Amino acid sequence: MANTTVPKAQRSFEKVNEIVRKYEAKESMLIPILQEVQEEYRYLPEEILTYIATALDISPATVYGVATFYAQFSLNPKGKYVINVCDGTACHVRGSSPILEAIRRKVGLAAGKITTDDLGFTVQTVSCLGACGLAPAVVINDKVYGQVTEEAIELIIDQLKQKEAEGDN
Amino acid sequence: MVKLRSTEDLKAFREKCKQELEKSKLRILVCAGTGCVASGSLEIYEEFKRLLTEKGLNVDCVLDEEDNCNNNKSFKVAKSGCHGFCAQGPLVRIEPEDILYTHVKLDDVEEIINETIVGGRIVERLIYENPTTGEKFAKEHEIPFYKKQQRRVLANCGVIDPESLEEYVANGGYEGLESALAKTPQEVIDDIISAGLRGRGGGGFPTGRKLQFGKNAKGDKKYVICNGDEGDPGAFMDRSVMEGDPHRVIEGMAISAYAIGADEGYIYVRAEYPMAIKRLRIAIQEAIDAGIIGDSVLGSDFSFHVHIKEGAGAFVCGEETALIASIEGKRGMPNPKPPYPTDSGLWGCPTVINNVETLANIPIILSKGPEYFRGVGVGNSPGTKTFALTGQVANTGLIEVPMGTTLREIVFDIGGGILSGNKYKAVQIGGPSGGCLTEDHLDINLDFDSLQSVGAMIGSGGLVVMDEKTCIVEVARFFMSFTQFESCGKCVLCREGTKRMLEILEDIVGGKGTPEHLELLEELGATISDGSLCGLGKTAPNPVLTTLKYFKDEYLRHVENKVCDAKVCSALKVYTIDPELCKGCTRCKRVCPVGAISGKVKEAHTIDVLTCIKCGACVETCAFNAIKEA
Repeated sequence: MANTTVPKAQRSFEKVNEIVRKYEAKESMLIPILQEVQEEYRYLPEEILTYIATALDISPATVYGVATFYAQFSLNPKGKYVINVCDGTACHVRGSSPILEAIRRKVGLAAGKITTDDLGFTVQTVSCLGACGLAPAVVINDKVYGQVTEEAIELIIDQLKQKEAEGDN
Repeated sequence: MVKLRSTEDLKAFREKCKQELEKSKLRILVCAGTGCVASGSLEIYEEFKRLLTEKGLNVDCVLDEEDNCNNNKSFKVAKSGCHGFCAQGPLVRIEPEDILYTHVKLDDVEEIINETIVGGRIVERLIYENPTTGEKFAKEHEIPFYKKQQRRVLANCGVIDPESLEEYVANGGYEGLESALAKTPQEVIDDIISAGLRGRGGGGFPTGRKLQFGKNAKGDKKYVICNGDEGDPGAFMDRSVMEGDPHRVIEGMAISAYAIGADEGYIYVRAEYPMAIKRLRIAIQEAIDAGIIGDSVLGSDFSFHVHIKEGAGAFVCGEETALIASIEGKRGMPNPKPPYPTDSGLWGCPTVINNVETLANIPIILSKGPEYFRGVGVGNSPGTKTFALTGQVANTGLIEVPMGTTLREIVFDIGGGILSGNKYKAVQIGGPSGGCLTEDHLDINLDFDSLQSVGAMIGSGGLVVMDEKTCIVEVARFFMSFTQFESCGKCVLCREGTKRMLEILEDIVGGKGTPEHLELLEELGATISDGSLCGLGKTAPNPVLTTLKYFKDEYLRHVENKVCDAKVCSALKVYTIDPELCKGCTRCKRVCPVGAISGKVKEAHTIDVLTCIKCGACVETCAFNAIKEA
């Protein structure tokens, strides 16, 4: 590939520039800009936040303030598979907590951590997906799984792990 | 698409759409709401298309390609919006017979085509069966879940293809806008005032009055905003409307904009609803291409431009001033009112914010008249309300009933009663701002005023049914942890107070509660409510305060007897081994992570309650059911 010779840092800022330009460097577009940057990197690297602040001519504190306010943004790298366990009321009363625990056990997360060390999985809860008719629900990347049981979710994770193992070979 | 340049053009277009729609005699509608997609409905849709083509049946005649239609045999397979009956998904509806197939699998598609489409027979095993009585229903409108409903806002959801402007227009879409443009803005507002529509997002403020404030406010630039930040856990009516009938939301916004003199609107949608965002984008583009929105709406002097703003995950952004801050690109924190957004809202301009369901009601008022709207509902709460019925109830899903319908009708007639024959305990209504309704409230009318009188609120309409196996204290803790996490931190009492309340509740479910804690909860609750700026803080204590009022005994059992009767709070469980049943196999002893179990081989074992951490591992491993939890 042609761009393999471009230094990594330079390449990343090019992408950020493109996103900032698309939104005409408007301060009111800060949230969509951060959303697109996060989509690109799967998190918001600190140096990019500062860079965006300069590009938009606002203080880094403003950018940091917005990035930390909204639950969607993450300042730490996320796993390749982001598992969101819905913990809305309907899912909660139909047993989302044991499912969350089962997932954490299955991917081998230590207490207090949400992402596995190999950046394979991130496991977190989300307030409500609006798929309450299918409670309890789990979303892995963009795919929604409904009426999940502990056994089912373990099976799904096994499949993902297998897919990864095959991909590596 | 040719641009429509007048209301006459729109009328002519509607006639054409109606004729086209009637041409496709048989329609197969595969539900493509979030729920059914998760259950695999898109694959089913593709399979229908594939098999019908393979069998040489004329399919997928698109509305504006008349020549492809063969009048004798014309089928249309379409993706529809949410039917509301999510737990029965994937759903497939066959029109015009109104047959509803539930739990359809990929392998069933061929049978449906051979039997129903070609043979005209019903596939018995796929029709809905009442889980409690075993009674079967083939037609959608006969199913008890639908029979008691009056679907007005949801009329099109599950019936039309949400990605087709033609189908919306053929079903009377944009008739409301048409009629609004023939009136003066004041006449439009007068209609909405006389209809008595009240905000469906929770507050219940009269929508007509809000529009009047917006119209009266001085300013050349005004905005309308659609609040689609449906953050209440357990509510998904706004998602379903945006996904299943996006044009209705746009129509409601356009009418509001015309009424107050705005030319720009924003739809603020949660990022958790990607499908709603996608469908709204398509709908906006279709409406622009048809000349229904954009510059010079239907050839008139009125212009209206719509933008979509994706939220980024903050519950407090459902509050109008916080939502405005978020659209402006700031932290979504509320501001003191006054000034109200109708005077100084988005970028300081007069702004009218309405919830999705409220906006979806406006086209009905304009096209059918205020009298029609007032035809159902009670007293100060006319019209219908959608509810998201979830939890331990047989039929979960989205329903729409006249305001004032009783809880009993909803839970037992529409909802089909409690799952697996358990006993009804309570309904949590209105999400983290609402309260619990007990058995005594089953016959109360669900409307704004009656609910307020018992300390609950209609909220956005989430109804979570709980049975005897649900611990009320744990549910109160759950809601408090939600509001504590979502508190934006601006008001001290909300930020610190919710944290303290949560800690107390955690102590209670953790077996460390005292009777004094209950008094403290009541005191804290009242203080937080008084000392918070926005609705989040003002209503955050409600779930705790109402449960304390109606389930005091359950709280007392937790703090005085250290017993959770629902057996949910693991810290309050006590495990014992029945010496009669124990065979002394030592399996539980080996599995216990803290060595709390002692005993010799082939002799009855015992559990040391002080060492036991109540993990339940022994119960799972015992092959003789000798270990009891109480």
